[in-house]
Amino acid sequence: MSLTAQDIKKLEEKANQIRQDIIKMLVEAGSGHSAGPLGMADIFTSLYFHILNHDPKNPEWIDRDRLILSNGHICPVRYVTMAHSGYFPISELKTLRKLGSRLQGHPHRTALPGVETTSGPLGSGLSQSVGLALAGRIDQVKWRVICLMSDGEQDAGNTWEAVMLAGKNKLHNLTALIDRNNIQIDGFTEDIMPLENLRAKYEAFNWHVLEIDGHNIQEIIDAFDQAKSIFEKPTVIIAHTIPGKGVDYMENDFKWHGVPPGISDMPGEPPKKDQVKIALKELRTLQGKIRSEHE
Amino acid sequence: MNNNVSLNPKLFDEDVEQVPSRNGFGEGLVLAAEVDENIVGLCADLTESTRMQAFAEKFPQRFIEIGVAEQNLATVGAGMALGGKIPFISSYATFSPGRNWEQIRTTICYNDVPVKIIGSHAGISVGPDGATHQALEDMAIMRVLPNMIVISPCDSIEAKKATQAMARLKKPCYMRLSRDKVPVVTTEQTPFEIGKAEIFNEGKDVAIIATGQLVYRALQAARSLELHKISVRVINCHTIKPLDSETILKAAEECGAIVTIEEHQVNGGLGGTVSELVSQNFPVPVKIMGVQDMFGESGEPNELLEKFGLTEDAIMKAVTSVLRKKDK
Repeated sequence: MSLTAQDIKKLEEKANQIRQDIIKMLVEAGSGHSAGPLGMADIFTSLYFHILNHDPKNPEWIDRDRLILSNGHICPVRYVTMAHSGYFPISELKTLRKLGSRLQGHPHRTALPGVETTSGPLGSGLSQSVGLALAGRIDQVKWRVICLMSDGEQDAGNTWEAVMLAGKNKLHNLTALIDRNNIQIDGFTEDIMPLENLRAKYEAFNWHVLEIDGHNIQEIIDAFDQAKSIFEKPTVIIAHTIPGKGVDYMENDFKWHGVPPGISDMPGEPPKKDQVKIALKELRTLQGKIRSEHE
Repeated sequence: MNNNVSLNPKLFDEDVEQVPSRNGFGEGLVLAAEVDENIVGLCADLTESTRMQAFAEKFPQRFIEIGVAEQNLATVGAGMALGGKIPFISSYATFSPGRNWEQIRTTICYNDVPVKIIGSHAGISVGPDGATHQALEDMAIMRVLPNMIVISPCDSIEAKKATQAMARLKKPCYMRLSRDKVPVVTTEQTPFEIGKAEIFNEGKDVAIIATGQLVYRALQAARSLELHKISVRVINCHTIKPLDSETILKAAEECGAIVTIEEHQVNGGLGGTVSELVSQNFPVPVKIMGVQDMFGESGEPNELLEKFGLTEDAIMKAVTSVLRKKDK
């Protein structure tokens, strides 16, 4: 389905609201990951508001596409996007990481309908997606499997075991997406464990590979469309993203991988007391490019 | 003997039939798969050895060869279960659940999906392959996991029944199997229910709670002890978790002393779970027989069982020592 310029703009605005809610929920929780969720907001928005075949009012709908989030630690972006698309009230977002909450620090399948699987320990999402795709193929279903991964978890052996099995079985009902933001907890991916040439590696394992700007809604939607038309191979979309996207002091800085703003003073960063204010202001003004409706 | 449980009438004959318990799994899987089309089989390059071969040949569309990748074995299995399947995943117990414990914990147990983990080559009786392939820790690492059911059948017929029973259960399960031929203790008529231990020999002086192929040796020891006027209750504890607390506490109360025996480390297995139950509810002397916090080695199965103290004679000595504590 082709999108008008106005449709794209609406999705971009939705992604921006989602980023603001990510910051607010992390501040409320007092802990959690910042950079990854902000970097993946455009992709989650495109998925939940355009790409996925799903029904927020019926999360167990048998024909829904299965969206597996392998790197569970970026769940704030999934929770916020799910709330915005109607799975649960937006007010529930403030329970993140609190006792009794359905919004566990890492997503848990039996706690929150629509999460599809429990995740957090890295490197196991793609193989579960392969299992789902194999089950779907046996039953000749129409639903597709989409697996979102981080680049850091390309270090894990289990990931490559799954890459091999998917290639062997030509799982064309499986689309994976790698959040290529170049950071992981200990630093830049190419310093921790070099991944390049990532495209050539996946191609060698019999995958179809696409590379996109992970902040360009049109490119995101086109890539998932194209993946549907590839037969005989699974597709991986390498999405180049900016960690901390939308907040200048967080962008491309691995220090913000695992902490929310407003918790601690860090060298070279705005003072603790100003971090949240600056982040929200930058998101509301698109980093100074527009005027905030709150000013 | 307990006549209500229809044990093999030729049990103590020289020519008692001997079959590896893994064979029973192979038969049971085909039977279960004929009944339920959602059953799928996954194997990590040990299809013949873990006896998944017959299933793979009969249901090629439902069989997935994973290759030497046990983490993938567990997680692909979890994914298929999320897609509505009932996956049986098989390998050697040292590799699965040995190598892929965290994947089992998170994607199978915490997810609470009905993946059935089959670990063959459990115990010291694996024999010549040596310690790398003799799983002696598997029950400990599985029974500690919430949602997990742990089964250790005493022979091939029981393994067949257990396979069919776990196929019907919407829970994660682990079953350990033996490589070596072991005497067939039970018959098709012997009752089997997951979570229900069976009294195979009636007795009142001491209870031997055994699991796996050592149930046979426990019955041999009980027969010999009866000649010494010691009345021994032998309990086949095929389900390690959930433990049949009723049968075991009743044994503690009525017999006053317990010997446990397993082809597993003395830490964390059958002896561990029985002790946890008994010490908190009806404390009596317990003697735990098993491998004493050490690795196995190469050798013939019977030589190894002898060396590691898992023989009829050793059971008789353990009974004598626990009875001395009881009388104090």
